[in-house]
Amino acid sequence: MTEIPRPITEKEPHAVAGPKPFTPDEAMRPPRSQWLDVWDQFKTHNGAMAGMIVFLGIVLFVAVGPWLWTADPGFINIRARNQGMSWTYPLGTDQLGRDMLARMMHGGRVSVAVGLTAMFVGLAIGTLIGVVAGYFRRLDGPLMRLTDLFLALPLLPLLLVMVLLFREVLSKNFGEATGIFILIVTAIGITSWMQTARIVRGDVLALKEREFVLAARSIGTPPGRMTTRHILPNVMSPIMVSATLGIAAAIITESALSFLGLGFPPDFPTWGRLLFDGRDWIEQYPSRVVWPGVFISLTVLSVNFIGDGLRDALDPRIRGR
Amino acid sequence: MADGAREPLVQVRGLKMHFPITSGLLRRQVGAVKAVDDVSFDILPRETLGMVGESGCGKSTTGRAVLRLYDITAGSIRIEGAEIGSLSQTALRRLRPKMQMVFQDPQASLNPRMTVAAIIGEPLDEHTRWGRRERLDRIYELMDAVGLNRNFANRYPHEFSGGQRQRIGIARALALNPAFIVCDEPIAALDVSIQAQVVNLLEELQERFGLTYLFISHDLSMVRHIATRVAVMYLGKIVELAPREALYADPLHPYSQALLSAVPDPDPSLAEKVERIILTGDVPSPSSPPQGCNFCTRCPQVMPVCREIEPETREVSHGRFVACHLHDATHDPTGGRTPGTRQEPNQQGVTR
Repeated sequence: MTEIPRPITEKEPHAVAGPKPFTPDEAMRPPRSQWLDVWDQFKTHNGAMAGMIVFLGIVLFVAVGPWLWTADPGFINIRARNQGMSWTYPLGTDQLGRDMLARMMHGGRVSVAVGLTAMFVGLAIGTLIGVVAGYFRRLDGPLMRLTDLFLALPLLPLLLVMVLLFREVLSKNFGEATGIFILIVTAIGITSWMQTARIVRGDVLALKEREFVLAARSIGTPPGRMTTRHILPNVMSPIMVSATLGIAAAIITESALSFLGLGFPPDFPTWGRLLFDGRDWIEQYPSRVVWPGVFISLTVLSVNFIGDGLRDALDPRIRGR
Repeated sequence: MADGAREPLVQVRGLKMHFPITSGLLRRQVGAVKAVDDVSFDILPRETLGMVGESGCGKSTTGRAVLRLYDITAGSIRIEGAEIGSLSQTALRRLRPKMQMVFQDPQASLNPRMTVAAIIGEPLDEHTRWGRRERLDRIYELMDAVGLNRNFANRYPHEFSGGQRQRIGIARALALNPAFIVCDEPIAALDVSIQAQVVNLLEELQERFGLTYLFISHDLSMVRHIATRVAVMYLGKIVELAPREALYADPLHPYSQALLSAVPDPDPSLAEKVERIILTGDVPSPSSPPQGCNFCTRCPQVMPVCREIEPETREVSHGRFVACHLHDATHDPTGGRTPGTRQEPNQQGVTR
């Protein structure tokens, strides 16, 4: 591999020192956007591309699907209960005769939305706290003790209390579905940022002693731009990893909440809900559990691969290799 | 200072940089590492002040403290007459374009996630409101000035050799037309062949842009090549400060003598004849320097007075400053007399 003369791409021609051949047209080329390079590298990562296709498929399935498959996920047809796959019911029906395909689509909407949003909320809080704690020595102690505090809290009781306290208020103000969505996303978000914060803080502490940060300080870069320009891009890898893991955790937590009857109402399908509903029938109708399970796993896996590819693509040292 | 004709560009007086040592549950301060302890010097416009000394003697800390990359413990730093020793970092921001720094490790001093154009352009982003075109022109101009191919603008630091990376660092330091550049061991991490290139580049740029350097290095021959005056540091203090020729011909402080005798001679037959001064023992810890002269634990010519009284820096001849009791008129060099009764000004020569 190493000895094969590589095709000369736009990057390689004369990377070595010494008298440099000068090509005038190339010289006048303005600096290329970094994101084009990132995309070029991303495309070469097979796993990431596959993950992206699968993830886009899932998003299309849950976003566009309900328009194409117009069955009502809540319509109970007790005579057609527990059916297998057929043309009328591609994924069969559940114990109340509700169409599983429609329920998968509608449930997926909620699950994917909750997963993504909760991940972003958790990530944003975690990164913010991690960077601030790592960068400003004075805030390090208090913020890290806060993180420890959250880590030490038993999460489920905390979520229960939150749901009990705020469910009514939010439902009243935003309507039932949106209110609960906001509640769940916030609840999951603020109980899942701690790992990210710790990882990010550790990396920031190491980074801020690097000479390029000192160089930026000698230029007079203020702390805000210092973090966005020098610190954040360099802690991207751990953030990416915890983001991809965060989606999975968020979807699962949402299922657990729904299962306890504290998430979305029972007639409101989510993948987690379907999984738990199907649990009682797993011996007679395993497909009832398999479908939501497969979709949750596929989402998590594809996001993981996308994150992996992104992490590689964002690192210029790996890029172009 | 020495010649009153030119006002010094950089004037450092009594600079102290102590790093606190904390311990215990409450992180109480139990001591301090005196990395830089009462250092004073002047740098005239367009000259190069070389700063030499062994590892850990505080050279780099001095360089960084002069640019206020640290919050200094005490002392005054004036650049072009403006006092910056006590300014806040926000107030300093406006003055940053005047003073820049070239770092030791070119690998570590460039952000691996930024392209060369972004790295060189960062000072421009921070201190100018130029448009895209103007900024790019300036970046190309700087790349030409330091001898980098313009095609490299889109590359990342890891794609370059050490010498090229150092050129990127120099171009970044030059971006805002600074008057004063601290070169913090700019050649220490480079191959010998590349060292010469980089030093020549620095000299050439000095001539072209009228730069003033504080050149920190432990390479005595390189300092001899580039510096106009040389300061020798030991354990956080300047022990000798003299014009280059005078220092290399006739070092006055025993530490300078030992340091210079360690420079290898290219002629082997001559090298055999030269008697080396070999210091014994280790450098004392900067958190608990010895009483009296800092060098008294290792000095081959130590006298009783050295263990008691800290020698003051005095001008022994025109432009030559040394902090040693051997060159102190108030003490008998052969050693018996105790404390100087006469109060000497604690500056390099006379106080202004």
